[in-house]
Amino acid sequence: MIMVYCEQRNGELLNVGLELIGKAVELSKNLDGEVTAVVCGNKITHLSDKISQYGATRVIIVEHPLLEKYTVDAYTEALYQVISSENPDILLIGATFTGRELGPRLAARLKTGLTADCTNLEIDPESKLLLMTRPAFGGNLMATIICPERRPQMATIRPGVFPLPKTDIQRKAEVYILTPKLSEEDIKVKIQQIIAKVRKHKDITAERVIVAGGRGVGSKENFELLEELAELLGGGIAGSRAAVDEGWLSKDLQVGQTGKVVRPKLYIAVGISGAIQHLAGMQESEYIIAINKDPEAPIMKVADLAIVGDWKPIVRRLIQQLKQTMDIQEEKIS
Amino acid sequence: MMSFKIIVFAKQVPDTTEVRVDPIKGTLIRDGVKSIMNPEDKNALEAALQLKDRYGAKVTVITMGPPSAEAILRESYAMGADEAVLVTDPLYAGADTWVTSMILAKAAQIVGFDLILTGRQAIDGDTAQVGIEIAEHLKIPVIAYAVDLKIEGERVIVTRELDSTYEVVSAKLPCLVTCTKELNKPRYMKVGNIFGCFDRPISIFNNSVLKFDKNEVGLVGSPTKVRRTFTKGPKEQGTIFNGSADEAAQLILSKLKAEKLITEQ
Repeated sequence: MIMVYCEQRNGELLNVGLELIGKAVELSKNLDGEVTAVVCGNKITHLSDKISQYGATRVIIVEHPLLEKYTVDAYTEALYQVISSENPDILLIGATFTGRELGPRLAARLKTGLTADCTNLEIDPESKLLLMTRPAFGGNLMATIICPERRPQMATIRPGVFPLPKTDIQRKAEVYILTPKLSEEDIKVKIQQIIAKVRKHKDITAERVIVAGGRGVGSKENFELLEELAELLGGGIAGSRAAVDEGWLSKDLQVGQTGKVVRPKLYIAVGISGAIQHLAGMQESEYIIAINKDPEAPIMKVADLAIVGDWKPIVRRLIQQLKQTMDIQEEKIS
Repeated sequence: MMSFKIIVFAKQVPDTTEVRVDPIKGTLIRDGVKSIMNPEDKNALEAALQLKDRYGAKVTVITMGPPSAEAILRESYAMGADEAVLVTDPLYAGADTWVTSMILAKAAQIVGFDLILTGRQAIDGDTAQVGIEIAEHLKIPVIAYAVDLKIEGERVIVTRELDSTYEVVSAKLPCLVTCTKELNKPRYMKVGNIFGCFDRPISIFNNSVLKFDKNEVGLVGSPTKVRRTFTKGPKEQGTIFNGSADEAAQLILSKLKAEKLITEQ
């Protein structure tokens, strides 16, 4: 049986859990066909209907007043109790900040292996083992990892790596409600305050168009040009790890293995060489344009349109021409 | 608080920003790539040294790796660490995160601690698992992703950064905290310390100290194994264009129209 941990916040499911249900349903065809979704919280029984629609065959709602707010202590213990009685072969967890904290704590308690940030999952047709593929060595190499003996085989997967499956309102899963044994003393790390982050921009995973810059952009000021281009195209800006490390962009705009995985309709990569670590975050984009001085840069190999040259005059001309096109269109309308 | 003991776990990593793949052979080009102390482990060491400066503490840096990993322990001494431990044994080679954290947890028990600090993740693996797993092996609380840290009495108070929120949390010591680069700016090595750092003793913890069964460590004891590694096969080559900026911009525009990526009224 494959178990998927579905993270909820304030009674709303995160998409990543649903994406993983879709993948689990696909993988389970080579196993016993069983996909159990687990969700933890307090007063969350209403979530079972939605989870059913995405294809899970069973839903376990784990409810307790001490699960109202996420704490690594309570959530690890609750999931540990569920897993110990259900004995899944595979456990998939969304690699959100909390998932990447919960995963290792749980894996260590279960004395099993955990593979972080997988970009592909398959079932080996012979051994029936889960093949977990992830970028390694700073993202310069891909590695396929197995967990042959211990159970469950655990993996975390970033949001957006797998597509959101189609829903079917006819689907009905068996629903179980479970109350774990938890006490106040189990929670060692106490939350004193939660502060919401002020967002200056849209979440990049929701952008239709992304204009991304790397080290080749050269400075924070130069990103203003990319911003102008993104705005004209109705999208947002993002960057590589190098651009974020340089302090040109905030961390939530980072695309790649350690940043976000995006799949927009259009991805324009400016001055990004394209280490696998970056490619892992954007290569599923529908149309990729790369502008780079180096024709041999890896990004040029994945681009649908690879432009060799100095990015600045090209982007300037493109902005100009886009504005002209738009002026003409406005004239037509009036 | 001189009796206050802080352990910092640090890892020696290749500077992955310099690693490239040979496009023809599909292998890693490691020649000339220098090894460094993992950046966020350095933030953890800086946090420990700041606590030492403020309250007095004994800071022990522990690393696991081949004998050459000693270099980052020398660097730690030069920054101001008090003791250094190298966990090294051929039996430990190939350890995954589960086994590595088990070995390091035992090393921590031998050294003794009130607080353990380590980087959130290492740039060569990016798993962010070892610190958290050490805490579970030691059965102590863990606080991940610290951007601010202070000690008040017997508690550590940490501000940590999550996807869409910051949390201020506290836990009773002993506790393990994983540190991010937002926490501080690591100090440079002190000139005076650099001269001395090569004479300072480094404790070696090999398996005759840690006493694991050979079947529970290294590659053999690791729950996960690498089945294969590969570089990504090239996608079908798209259009390559090399011409003037003007022509390039026009080509992009025509493609955007053809792909219906800009709205034609």
